[in-house]
Amino acid sequence: MTPPPTIRIAAGQGFWGDWLEAPYRQVTGGPIDYLMMDYLAEVTMSILQKQKSRDPALGYATDFVPLMERLLPLLAERGIKVIANAGGVNPRACAQAVAETARRLGLAGRLRIGVVTGDDLLDRLDGLLARGHELRNLDTGRPLREVRDRVLAANAYLGAGPVAEALTRGAHVVITGRVTDTGLTLAPMIHAFGWRGDDWDRLAAGTVAGHIIECGAQASGGNCLADWERIPDLANIGYPIVDAHPDGTFEITKHPGTGGRISVAGVTEQLVYEMGNPAEYITPDCVADFTTIRLAPAGRDRVRVSGVKGRPATDKLKVSIAYFYGYKAVGTLVYAWPDALKKAQAADRVLRRRLRDLGLEFEAIHTEFVGADATHGPLARARAPLADLPEVQLRIGVRSPNRAAVERFTREIAPLILNGPPSVTGFAGGRPKPEEIVAYWPALIDKAVVHPCVELVDV
Amino acid sequence: MRRTRGRVKARGARRRVALLELCHARSGDKGDTANVGLIARKPQYYPWLVREVTAARVARHFKGMIRGPVERFELPNLHALNFLLHGALDGGGTISLKTDAQGKVLSTALLRLEIPVPR
Repeated sequence: MTPPPTIRIAAGQGFWGDWLEAPYRQVTGGPIDYLMMDYLAEVTMSILQKQKSRDPALGYATDFVPLMERLLPLLAERGIKVIANAGGVNPRACAQAVAETARRLGLAGRLRIGVVTGDDLLDRLDGLLARGHELRNLDTGRPLREVRDRVLAANAYLGAGPVAEALTRGAHVVITGRVTDTGLTLAPMIHAFGWRGDDWDRLAAGTVAGHIIECGAQASGGNCLADWERIPDLANIGYPIVDAHPDGTFEITKHPGTGGRISVAGVTEQLVYEMGNPAEYITPDCVADFTTIRLAPAGRDRVRVSGVKGRPATDKLKVSIAYFYGYKAVGTLVYAWPDALKKAQAADRVLRRRLRDLGLEFEAIHTEFVGADATHGPLARARAPLADLPEVQLRIGVRSPNRAAVERFTREIAPLILNGPPSVTGFAGGRPKPEEIVAYWPALIDKAVVHPCVELVDV
Repeated sequence: MRRTRGRVKARGARRRVALLELCHARSGDKGDTANVGLIARKPQYYPWLVREVTAARVARHFKGMIRGPVERFELPNLHALNFLLHGALDGGGTISLKTDAQGKVLSTALLRLEIPVPR
């Protein structure tokens, strides 16, 4: 069988919470072969793990099921396959929910769901630690045992391999746990083009394609600084599509008649997003060298990508671990002209004094004056016309291992309305709530101890 | 590039411009480290960025805003530089108390930096 000359992979979600209309528009706006959806951010896994501990039938991106209800008949009719890491920490339950929906829609006997598991290491942690896998924090170097009793989730990032296997075994919908964002896009290329596991340049090219579309519209004119005011019709924005070729070259485009823009400048912005060392973009599938990427305009809303070089994958996988860290709360009040900033600064001093007098101890107290310096700090203060600002929001946050201290802080905001500096408003939201902090612990583990698994569910 | 270097030597023929005029940018996070990708609006600006927007200069620009060092990587193929600002996010992600906990707008904060360019 000769490989198809081109496959079209469309991005439908850049994160759990992204535009609900985007996947529907990708399916109906023109021809595509694959709909790729990324649901998992670093913190998402711990939220899902918590949901699963309360109800063993949960722990996946629940939005995925009603979306599939809306799309499955269209997907079946058009022969479009779906790849999504919506499975979270419970891909089998997610697959069951989709299977039930499919049966209700009369698709029994016509749908095969692939389920990729093996990423979840939570139940294996103690065994792994006992066998000398220290899971040291990549940023701080500390061993995981220091926070072991507070770990809420631990998932290895799997690559494209098991997803491609599910496609090759006939899955129409592939639901995964923690598969890398880039692997979701690379997988259909491996499947359709028969790329070998050591074809590093092509694997790197597919990885680059995945990086470009993994954040959805951030590659097609959304959140794009280059020429932002002239990017047309964001209300109708088209999400990005990869036209991939067997030789590893590809184009980024979008459906005709949609808003947004595909340009070299916009694609470049997305390429550098969340970038470390560009010569070493490490994934489970390969090490991609972003300094070899060539971009060229290829017509209206079309950018050609070529030249990508890759190197052999490492023998490690990244592990995303979530652990309980402590508590935080953030309160806000708005101060009006005249002297808005001075009033907000005075209120901050009063509040800090009261917290001190109460003997409350915090790991951090952080004040920002929104409208003056919240995002650009001293760089903004040096230039802004601070004396004449129409209003300034005082935003003050605290963090502590002690819930009671954070709780007490939340009761110190409202009193300032009547007993602090004047011209204050904007407190309709009520008292802030203490929030649990679930923090992220990145680590590495030997590939050999992680066993990806592909299961098939025939509806 | 040789020609622009020649011009640099002609002192007095330079003016200071904010990077906003020469570049666009996008930033994001990895834990407590923010990355800022700085992209030349025109390829001919790139050698000036390489020359002027050093890691040391960026570290001075963000003095008081970040706790760790600054690393720089070059992407001549994209006419872009990538900066890693370590200790930029008050612990990062969910720990951070900052409005910009994920460093999403440190991109435009870098575009405030002024560098000398030929007139």
